[in-house]
Amino acid sequence: MIRFDEVSKTYSRKARPALEGISLEILKGEFVFLVGASGSGKSTLIRMVLREESPTSGEVHVLGQRLKALPSRRVPFFRRNLGVVFQDFRLLNNKTVYENVAFTLQVIGKSRGFISEAVPDVLKVVGLAGKASRLPHELSGGEQQRVAIARAVVNRPPILLADEPTGNLDPSTSAGIMALLARINEGGTTVVMATHEASIVDELQQRVVELDAGVIMRDEAHGSYKRQLADLDDGFDAEEEIA
Amino acid sequence: MRLQLISQEVWNGLRRNLSVVVSVVLVTFISLSFVGAAILLQMQITQMKGFWYDRAQVGIYFCGPVDATENCTQTAATGEQIQGVRDVLEGGAIAPYVSHVEFEDRELAYEHFMEQFGGTASAEFASPETMNEALWVRPSSPMDADLIREATSALPGVLEVRDQRALLEPIFQVLNTASLAAIGVAVLMLVAAVLLISTTIRLSAFSRKRELGIMRLVGASNRFIQTPFIVEGVVAALIGAVLAAGSVIAIVHFFLQGYVAPMLQTIAIVTIDDALVVAPVLIGIGVLFAGVAAAVAIRRYLKI
Repeated sequence: MIRFDEVSKTYSRKARPALEGISLEILKGEFVFLVGASGSGKSTLIRMVLREESPTSGEVHVLGQRLKALPSRRVPFFRRNLGVVFQDFRLLNNKTVYENVAFTLQVIGKSRGFISEAVPDVLKVVGLAGKASRLPHELSGGEQQRVAIARAVVNRPPILLADEPTGNLDPSTSAGIMALLARINEGGTTVVMATHEASIVDELQQRVVELDAGVIMRDEAHGSYKRQLADLDDGFDAEEEIA
Repeated sequence: MRLQLISQEVWNGLRRNLSVVVSVVLVTFISLSFVGAAILLQMQITQMKGFWYDRAQVGIYFCGPVDATENCTQTAATGEQIQGVRDVLEGGAIAPYVSHVEFEDRELAYEHFMEQFGGTASAEFASPETMNEALWVRPSSPMDADLIREATSALPGVLEVRDQRALLEPIFQVLNTASLAAIGVAVLMLVAAVLLISTTIRLSAFSRKRELGIMRLVGASNRFIQTPFIVEGVVAALIGAVLAAGSVIAIVHFFLQGYVAPMLQTIAIVTIDDALVVAPVLIGIGVLFAGVAAAVAIRRYLKI
């Protein structure tokens, strides 16, 4: 589904690469947590899957496509196979819940009939069946994120990418969102979720890929979120202190 | 569904940036009016050239008793010399380029002179004896005048060959300069219009940044994303172009045909038919420029 081969990314002005020699394979139907401190390269990795960014070196393959070889004008069509959810929801504030979800289908040219069936269905899945005509500001944060998830999966993409989807939510709301993502994953969708919340990772006991300063530190099939000593002390070198 | 979505986006965009859209309409209106004026002036020049050149003749003046030039030796041209020139014109190699030849003797020349200058100071010194005999030649086409001059100016007894077209040149030059000036202003205004349109579209795209981001995220094609913006620019420019076309037609109908033409009855003035040819040209220019300007302006927002 998603494969990274020796991928590195260097931003011109930064001396330290954002990603360095990342090799990673994510299979169909997997649920993968990307964990790590801010700036560890989680978001860059997700943006590369979306082909919002290209690696400085190495290859990224998504859904059998070599992204480097994908011409720009094909990128929109490639993205229709990916659902994306962000920390800040990214809803259109002047459109209702229904319209926000339908908008996705409208812009990719789905028929009116398809939209009028698919949107209520997906709203039921995310538990917002009764709130179709609300505007985003009338909803709680958790509900807004459910709208965003509905929008991401309404087109039944094989891959769902989530970048800190619970970052703005309280723990109990987060749990609801995680349950929803787990259910979507059970339906066969590959889910890749970036987070730095240990409790969420520990609870689901799914595969964990831990990034630190652009390097994969750990890749465990049923891992938990162990924070590195260096992170806790903010760059403080523990070994030297002991010596 | 998509058509409805696009037209809705266009309408929202136009409404959101109303003041800028109005300025786009006005600038397009003024610039295209100048373009229209320039085209009409060129049409007027062509029409006048056709009108006058058809009537312009080549005058072949013969030596009089007082003329001393290369060809004339202070003796009047003889009848044989005049006949010789006629023979060249009517039977020589240039005969196909000559449509009509008419002889003007001294008496006739004096009459014509007095008609034109009677009552002025120079008329007091004029007498039939001071006039030159002449052949008035009408070329088959105005372009053939040079051929006639070349063929006849060196013949014995010929004082001077004068092409009446030369007298009209200054008038056409003035009109031509005016139309060039109009084109210059039109080009400057068009540049302003194009820049204004691209600014408007950027502004419109900026205010819809969020929608654009989401559209790109969910995989809207570039064409789908850019169409509303291009249509928005084209619609604004189209309104300006239609106003310009209307004003050009109105100027020709009310000012030129209604006011100027009755005063200058000897000159053919551009008609409403000419204006009706110019109108679609203006609309075409407006739509084309706006479409290209908007498409270029929106490109930055389509980068992936």
